[in-house]
Amino acid sequence: MIRMRLLLGFTFLTCFVTAAYADVRSDAREQVQFGINVAQRGLWKEALYRWKRAAEIDPSYAAAFNNLAIAYEHEGQLDEARESYEKAVQLEPGNAMIRQNYELFKEINDRTDRRKSP
Amino acid sequence: MTALTAGRALNFAALAALAVAGCSSLVEIPIETPIQAKLDISAFSRVLVAGFVAGGSDAVDANLETVRLLRSQLRSKSSLRVIDADPMPLLELAKEEAPASVPAPEPAPTPASAPEQAGTPDTSEIKNEKDLESYEHLFANVDFWKRIGEEFQNPLIVTGTVLFAPQQRSQFVQREQEVYDAFGRRSVVPVRTFMERKGFILAQKFIFIDGRSGATITSEQFREERLYNQNQNTPALSSYFELMDAVVPKFLNILSTQKVRGTRVLLE
Repeated sequence: MIRMRLLLGFTFLTCFVTAAYADVRSDAREQVQFGINVAQRGLWKEALYRWKRAAEIDPSYAAAFNNLAIAYEHEGQLDEARESYEKAVQLEPGNAMIRQNYELFKEINDRTDRRKSP
Repeated sequence: MTALTAGRALNFAALAALAVAGCSSLVEIPIETPIQAKLDISAFSRVLVAGFVAGGSDAVDANLETVRLLRSQLRSKSSLRVIDADPMPLLELAKEEAPASVPAPEPAPTPASAPEQAGTPDTSEIKNEKDLESYEHLFANVDFWKRIGEEFQNPLIVTGTVLFAPQQRSQFVQREQEVYDAFGRRSVVPVRTFMERKGFILAQKFIFIDGRSGATITSEQFREERLYNQNQNTPALSSYFELMDAVVPKFLNILSTQKVRGTRVLLE
């Protein structure tokens, strides 16, 4: 009987956690999609804000970090872009698209140097 | 840029593969990444491209051509006002100011048939980058550059060395060859061939000098090479401009923010 209760409890907990996670991912995905729409219209600052929100809502969402990195790159914030790319790669090491974006970013970033003043 | 193009091609290939697999949550988007200028030039409103110690080939006056090209690029792609002045004959000036401890290299013997050109600097003694090093003492002469700075009201001074020299080398080249199978069907296959190639190298050292103090702010070196097939007769001047095409964006990025165009893939 106790075993049965434990099993029921575990099942309930699993369902609850899964539903909550799905909710979180769904909220984050909404932000990501909105960000993509505005980025396609050239509103990169708004897109950056949306993807930042998505990454806060769901810190395990690699796509949000990938897009955030691209927005940072577009805004010339290369240190932040690198950080976000690294996070995205860490979350989804097997994602070829994220790796491809990161490689292209590194190619540009390597050309930059520290500013020198007279 | 070639690498970027290759990267883009890879990108398209990966996109196509994923699209075929039925995945529609990818959006390719063009971006422009601003690359900050390497040098903070906020203290200057004017720039003087003074001239270069140049050599390597008599076919192109590398000093004159480099000054002309950089000035025109700076006029259209930077916020600095470009000072128009005759390019300085720095090779001659460097020879005059050569310290006793560092003698300028001995001039190479010139063929008797070669006509003397009045007003054209004799660059025949400069054959490689090492030869140019003997003239670099001029750039460390703070008093000299301070005087130039005073003359032109304290601008940012751009100077340095330019080596534009012929180059010849044997290397593997990939070319396409027609082949016919047993049924007479034609196809084209890539073939690697070892062949003699000739062309030019362009090795430049840009030195940025503070016209107020005469001191060097920074220097940057670039080296480019273009080799052509032996039967391809490319004029030296056109090769020079081809090589400068690769150098100019890097030069401009030292002084002004440049935007690099590319594409990235957004994910859902």
